[in-house]
Amino acid sequence: MQTPSNDSTVSSESDGAALAFASPAALTAALEKTGYLPDQGIATAAFLAMAMRRPLLLEGAPGAGKTALAQALAEITSANLVRLQCYEGIEAAQALYDWDFPRQVLHLRAAELGPRSELDAIEESLYTERFLIERPILRALRHSPSVLLIDEIDRADDEFEAFLLEVLTDFAVTIPELGRVEATVAPLVILTSNRTRELHDALKRRCLYHWVEHPSLEREVAILRARMPEISLRLARQVAFAVAKLRVAELLKPPGVAESLDWARALQALGCSELDPENAAMTLGAVLKYREDSERITAQGLSALLAS
Amino acid sequence: MNSGSATVGRAELRHDSVMVLAAFCRTLGAAGVAITTDRTQYFLAAIDHLDVLDVEQVYWAGRLTLCGDPEDLGTYDAAFLAYFSGAGVVNKPALPHPIQLRIAPVMPQSDDAAESAELESGADPLQAKAAEVEVLRHSDLGQLSADQRRELARMLELLRPGLPMRRSLRRHPGRSGSVDPRRTVRAMLQAGGEPARLARRERRTTERRIVLLIDVSGSMTPYADSLLRFAHVLTRRLGVDCEVFTIGTRLTRLTRAMAERDPNRALAACAATIPDWSGGTRLGEVLKAFTDRWGQRGTARGAVVVIFSDGWERGTPELLAEQVGRLQRLARTVVWVNPHKGKAGYQPVQGGIMAVLPAVDHFLAGHSLATLEELLEVVRHA
Repeated sequence: MQTPSNDSTVSSESDGAALAFASPAALTAALEKTGYLPDQGIATAAFLAMAMRRPLLLEGAPGAGKTALAQALAEITSANLVRLQCYEGIEAAQALYDWDFPRQVLHLRAAELGPRSELDAIEESLYTERFLIERPILRALRHSPSVLLIDEIDRADDEFEAFLLEVLTDFAVTIPELGRVEATVAPLVILTSNRTRELHDALKRRCLYHWVEHPSLEREVAILRARMPEISLRLARQVAFAVAKLRVAELLKPPGVAESLDWARALQALGCSELDPENAAMTLGAVLKYREDSERITAQGLSALLAS
Repeated sequence: MNSGSATVGRAELRHDSVMVLAAFCRTLGAAGVAITTDRTQYFLAAIDHLDVLDVEQVYWAGRLTLCGDPEDLGTYDAAFLAYFSGAGVVNKPALPHPIQLRIAPVMPQSDDAAESAELESGADPLQAKAAEVEVLRHSDLGQLSADQRRELARMLELLRPGLPMRRSLRRHPGRSGSVDPRRTVRAMLQAGGEPARLARRERRTTERRIVLLIDVSGSMTPYADSLLRFAHVLTRRLGVDCEVFTIGTRLTRLTRAMAERDPNRALAACAATIPDWSGGTRLGEVLKAFTDRWGQRGTARGAVVVIFSDGWERGTPELLAEQVGRLQRLARTVVWVNPHKGKAGYQPVQGGIMAVLPAVDHFLAGHSLATLEELLEVVRHA
């Protein structure tokens, strides 16, 4: 059905439709240029999130590249990446906007020292742009185009989730003192969750849902080569192979893509051209983050890990 | 959108594909994935942006819009394969009817001569009933008759569990605590700029998470029904943050099945979810699976973890001890409930129990309603 000619980026900077790609394949090609190599699932998910203007909810093992996707998408659409890290107890004031209270008080005292003016005027001057502190969501709404990454939403509580749902429904917020702020182009929203808590169905229904898996061996080699063009194919293969073995080795924390990149960087920094038991032992801390895991793997023998 | 071929066939193709895809949504719903009208609409909208004749694109469009949980993915894959390859489709079993509540008469209905004689002799039937309840409270859950079991189910539902609390990071207006700049500045404005009283905000308290891990292996079968009912009572408590899993030869998450309000329906949903009823136990391995996939990521962090098991372990006790130790480091409190502990002459000699006792904060019986009430007290003050 697709003609090869429309298989490219449609760019129109003027009306804010710069986020449009013709097909998942076109998006894949653009993402690959940034060094992020998506599989078909991720590419289709990101493509639909853009085309349907719907938030994308990503779940999956830590280190499977959820955050990296948001960065890559921001890069290819030349949008601002705005990141909101969720944590327990996060409230609207930390996510949306806040007023700069110390400065407001200073301003108030200064206004009193100067010529007499009406209290109303002083009050009005207190709630202006000057004293507004933009938090991530407001920033994403006001500076289009933007990619809004809401990281680890499962760490926030139910009330915050309900608040987010409201914002994600109309991409607009009302600041009582200033008025309504609406995004000229709705930001592309990526939510990530580590599943420590079940999210509400209402939020899930608003989102496209994708479960991110660890990449296959070949893809991981390609990712290592794309991110670190200076390392040899042989080293990339060895690292990817060893990491794949570690992932099935009953560990407390199986390594993700981030760890295999760290490992390759560590080896590169030590000037190793290939992975042998000796330099693997020296750099194991880059890939295994628990003492129990390192002990288990060392006990099984590093040469066994590297043997193909 | 991308289909740039002859426009004559397009409307027809679109109509056909909508019919086929909507029917697929129904199939998926019948297979057990929660499909709503809006999800179906998103699916069709997603297809509009993709190529409806490309199976892979249809697959991904459906998976991204119709699923909302990793547990849905397996069902989706199976249903997709069955539907688009034309094979038969498995329907999920119908739900059982909710129970009809009847008020049981306290006074005996029969005009049996012996009973009326007893009545006249002065024995108060209300007292007799009360004594019966008291006996039932202390009787072993594993050895109840069908009638007693029903009565006990009712009594379980009357439990009003108190919940463990912890300090939250959220703040609310209060008398002490740090200064609340927002409210202080507002108060200053109202006073025309004069420093007014400092408004303060303090930490709230919130419910601490409870994690129940229920052993459903062969040796625990007599207790499984009552323990699942107990878990249901706890999960239905207002405001509770409770996760329920069963452990046996594998780990099964029951939190979703427990969301059903009616206890019998919830239990039926649990039974349909649990694949390893009365099987063997691989406690150590299954606890490891729990800690790897849930506990360490956050579910067990700071929580009250209650493990219902007799500690019969087919695997090595070392692995079990290691895993309980891990849980203990993550959780606020680990409570081990062993129904056999309530039996006369019980000694914790099984390899599994011996191995875990050092890492457990409380070791309780939990074989009767009275001991389950004790457990609730321990959990509440954890």
